[in-house]
Amino acid sequence: MGIRAILSSHLPNGQFGRHSLCLAAVGREIMKLDTSGLESAASLFGASSELFDGFATAPSFELPVTNDFDGFQKEAIQMVKPAKGTTTLAFIFKEGVMVAADSRASMGGYISSQSVKKIIEINPYMLGTMAGGAADCQFWHRNLGIKCRLHELANKRRISVTGASKLLANILYSYRGMGLSVGTMIAGWDETGPGLYYVDSEGGRLKGTRFSVGSGSPYAYGVLDSGYRYDLSIEEAAELARRAIYHATFRDGASGGVASVYYVGPNGWKKLSGDDVGELHYKYYPVMPSTVEQEMVEVSGA
Amino acid sequence: MARYDRAITVFSPDGHLFQVEYALEAVRKGNAAVGVRGTDVVVLGVEKKSTAKLQDSRTVRKIVSLDDHIALVCAGLKADARVLVNRARIECQSHRLTVEDPVTVEYITRYIAGLQQKYTQSGGVRPFGLSTLIVGFDPYTGIPSLYQTDPSGAFSAWKANATGRNSNSMREFLEKNYKETSGQETVKLAIRALLEVVESGGKNIEIAVMTKEHGLRQLEEAEIDAIVAEIEAEKAAAETAKKAPPKET
Repeated sequence: MGIRAILSSHLPNGQFGRHSLCLAAVGREIMKLDTSGLESAASLFGASSELFDGFATAPSFELPVTNDFDGFQKEAIQMVKPAKGTTTLAFIFKEGVMVAADSRASMGGYISSQSVKKIIEINPYMLGTMAGGAADCQFWHRNLGIKCRLHELANKRRISVTGASKLLANILYSYRGMGLSVGTMIAGWDETGPGLYYVDSEGGRLKGTRFSVGSGSPYAYGVLDSGYRYDLSIEEAAELARRAIYHATFRDGASGGVASVYYVGPNGWKKLSGDDVGELHYKYYPVMPSTVEQEMVEVSGA
Repeated sequence: MARYDRAITVFSPDGHLFQVEYALEAVRKGNAAVGVRGTDVVVLGVEKKSTAKLQDSRTVRKIVSLDDHIALVCAGLKADARVLVNRARIECQSHRLTVEDPVTVEYITRYIAGLQQKYTQSGGVRPFGLSTLIVGFDPYTGIPSLYQTDPSGAFSAWKANATGRNSNSMREFLEKNYKETSGQETVKLAIRALLEVVESGGKNIEIAVMTKEHGLRQLEEAEIDAIVAEIEAEKAAAETAKKAPPKET
């Protein structure tokens, strides 16, 4: 006799459809699962019809030989999950929203690129930042841009930052636990003024006025929080954002490259600057020519 | 012709969807309903057929609210109406959940019309036998709107419209007498349109007024009677003015 266990998980918005694990152990037991409550589910699949006696028609794959069934999956995801090696920040102030990010991509200790665009333009009045998996962020931001445009066409009005961030958060929630790595901020200007939301791949969504995401975020927060005032001018806010990114790149090995600063105002976003952080370092801390105590002189021929 | 009204997914040779047209017939047999849009208020009115003595009239509510700022009245099959209204109410809340904003009147009208259209293009189902008049205020701009949908799934915005029994006469009346009104004037216009086809009196008319501040308010029978009396008085005064010869020399 075989033990047949069918576990099927149905995702909230049905995007993936049914994805099921089917364990058909003929003769021997791989795992001691209590399947008494699961027998009725078999008939839903139609797998246990008279013609296919003992065979599974649904796709099946073997389960790992481990006792910690739930924990195993977490470990695997952690292994594959790219550590969010980056620094991005955004804050709301009197004139709008300031968004800034570095541009380094790292794979462990290897710097794979110094010129990654981490601020993604969703549409002319909304920006998203990238932290985590680059492909995940780029794809889902692009997808969000499509959804925002469709909303505009259907409803003859722009989508709010609230609505856009909620759409993204709902999508990410439906993929929860499947290894997406996205830590993004959605910044924009809508009818209610400036808006800033933090959305991540765990399905979290937070409304706020100051956020920094990534491995360099503690350093960025230090500078940002101490220099922040609501009534900054645009230039002051840009300088604050730039300095915060610079300081994060100085101390965090996974951040570097170019500090880009974008401003989102009532007429949409505008890129303000993109400065190499090495040059910023010497701008903030220029090398003072020090007086020479002893000078080496070349000895003429021996 | 008779062969083309079984499965509704089939067109007739001359391009008709007979099931949809039969559904419109069902609407024409339903009770008269009218909607009028004013500058700051929208009014819905519906004919109330006399209730049987043993029936609890409070359970027969024809004008329903879909959300705080949207109301609906329909003419046609009441059971279909219940199903459609429930789906629309769920969609209103679902929209609030996914985009954290209330629906606009146009959005929910589009949804209801889309639902009605879906049932004209599916196998084994018949169309909803009702037309709806949907009123409400845009949550952002505060502008009042009135929309109508029908069993085919078409919808459009109106300044004033009528559906159900004798809707043509009501619409003719509205076309002749419509002007931009506000507040009580809009209510009077709606009642006058209904009185064209309905026996006069508060017992036979149900009126609801929606304002931006207070949402939907059903008028009491006494209130309606008072307005009806006003209208009759005005009518009588107009009659005598017409009959009496002009006094100028």
